[in-house]
Amino acid sequence: MSCWETVQAYGLRSLGIGERLLPREGYDLCQQFTLIGSGLIWNIYFGVLALAAGFFLAVGLALAKGSSRIWLRKPADWFVFVFRGSPLFIQFFLAYQLLVLLPKDGIQLPLGLFTLTIGTDWVTKAWAGALLVLFLNTAAYSAEIFLGALRSIPKGDLEAADAYGLTGWKKFRRIQWPTMLRLAWPAYTNEAIFLFHATTLVFFSGFPAFQQRGDALYYASYFAGKTFNPFVSYPIVAFYFICLTLILIWLFGRVNARLNRHVPSNARVRRARLLPQIVR
Amino acid sequence: MFAYCADPKSLEGLQWLSCYLTTGTHFSFYGSFLIVLVLLFVTAPVALAFGFGGAMAARSPAAPLRWLGKGYMAMVRGVPDIVFFLFFIIALDQGFEWLTHQVRCPDWIDPIRQGLEFRVCPQAKIPPNTAPQMVHQIYNFGLAVVTFAIVFGAFAANVLAGAMSAVPRAQLETGEAYGMTQRQVFRRIMVPQMWIYALPGLSNLWLILIKATPLLFILGIQDAVYWARELGGFKSQTYSYPHPDWRLWYFLGLLIFYLLMTRISEIVLDRITRRLSHGQATAAGEAQRKGAVA
Repeated sequence: MSCWETVQAYGLRSLGIGERLLPREGYDLCQQFTLIGSGLIWNIYFGVLALAAGFFLAVGLALAKGSSRIWLRKPADWFVFVFRGSPLFIQFFLAYQLLVLLPKDGIQLPLGLFTLTIGTDWVTKAWAGALLVLFLNTAAYSAEIFLGALRSIPKGDLEAADAYGLTGWKKFRRIQWPTMLRLAWPAYTNEAIFLFHATTLVFFSGFPAFQQRGDALYYASYFAGKTFNPFVSYPIVAFYFICLTLILIWLFGRVNARLNRHVPSNARVRRARLLPQIVR
Repeated sequence: MFAYCADPKSLEGLQWLSCYLTTGTHFSFYGSFLIVLVLLFVTAPVALAFGFGGAMAARSPAAPLRWLGKGYMAMVRGVPDIVFFLFFIIALDQGFEWLTHQVRCPDWIDPIRQGLEFRVCPQAKIPPNTAPQMVHQIYNFGLAVVTFAIVFGAFAANVLAGAMSAVPRAQLETGEAYGMTQRQVFRRIMVPQMWIYALPGLSNLWLILIKATPLLFILGIQDAVYWARELGGFKSQTYSYPHPDWRLWYFLGLLIFYLLMTRISEIVLDRITRRLSHGQATAAGEAQRKGAVA
């Protein structure tokens, strides 16, 4: 089998497209790179969706946690404590056991004239169940970051807002929100990186890999188990993840530059040296 | 355990529960929490030592040593820690066996990697094949500890390197002005003062370490997660204590255990921070001084 045929057979194996059986022989570099790379699709799927959805819940949680109303603050406090205080590994196990308890043939919702049946079997699948856990988990961690940023908004900014008569939503939207994001961004970048790393846990805990559709680490450990040689497949995962991390750092750096565009920077503005003469 | 537990099928209610919770396997379950604690208290100092070495190497004037230290610190940032766990547990095992193989069987001609197998001479097996089960378990646990220490040492190196450069330059210059050598400045001025700067990072690391302990299960140690799965699973009538799938409750127990550990650690670390801030030229130290005067 040439390398291109391997890519065709296993490039989308993690989604269930292509060859049904995992490779049983050879285990060459091409096979390993292809299959582990195809598993990476799941890591990106979990990371991107959990991060995108978690961002909004995190902002809400941070505001609730910083609120002076006790009925808002206490639940948010507990939510953050439970998700930050316990291992993600255990959270996966627990969530799986909880979701399995849902009735097999769906929940019947009597709506007067007809009954609406909501299927529940899909939530025990990794793509939904694990995503839910990762979403809640990253929301809790990010909420703590955003709360810290909210608390370190310069006093002068808030006083200025008061002086201009900004209150409520307007004050939040125009003063607190941009500053909070700007202050929280470096820490949030870290959280994003670690969330992507955490996605490797999905198939190692409660959630079974349906038809051997797993993530990058799942396939890497498959190869390591078959060849009893950790020195090839794990460095491949490491390579993929370093690339992923670099891309993340670059993306978040762009956003950071945009968030800080009004802040006077110490970096010297680069001018093309030759340009003046040409223009003149 | 109790006398009335002789015939568990005839028991009911609280009595049944008291017998159920004191079976031999349940004591293994309780013991596995001890394993978690042992791992924590053995790994933490070893990881700190690894971190200290890494941080010192990263600040070394010799370039190769500096690259080594920086590379060690950088490796955990880009790659998920679980990859390292899975990698090191096999790599260390094979590495040790390879080394002993070189020493004990120098005239062994067969290649060690035969296709898909890793084969060393029988004398080089660690632990020896004839060793009792207990030795194998301890050896595996030791491998897990070293693995944890390597990974968390890299995190700690990051924190300690930051703390070392956070000690005010003026303090070090004062030391130099008194004619201390670089080594003396490092030992007498920098190391005693760096801890307060390292503490926030180290406490974070401790909490992360606590939350990483269930990964022992992945490394094949019979830890709390292993027993929770074993004991919680569905038990048919052939068992002395039949029950439906109770894994949810066991995992809930584990969750509460970890939440408690986190909470207690937070309280203790808070206290240490307050103690270490005493007399420091930081905002917290200044606040303490003012409080004491007033």
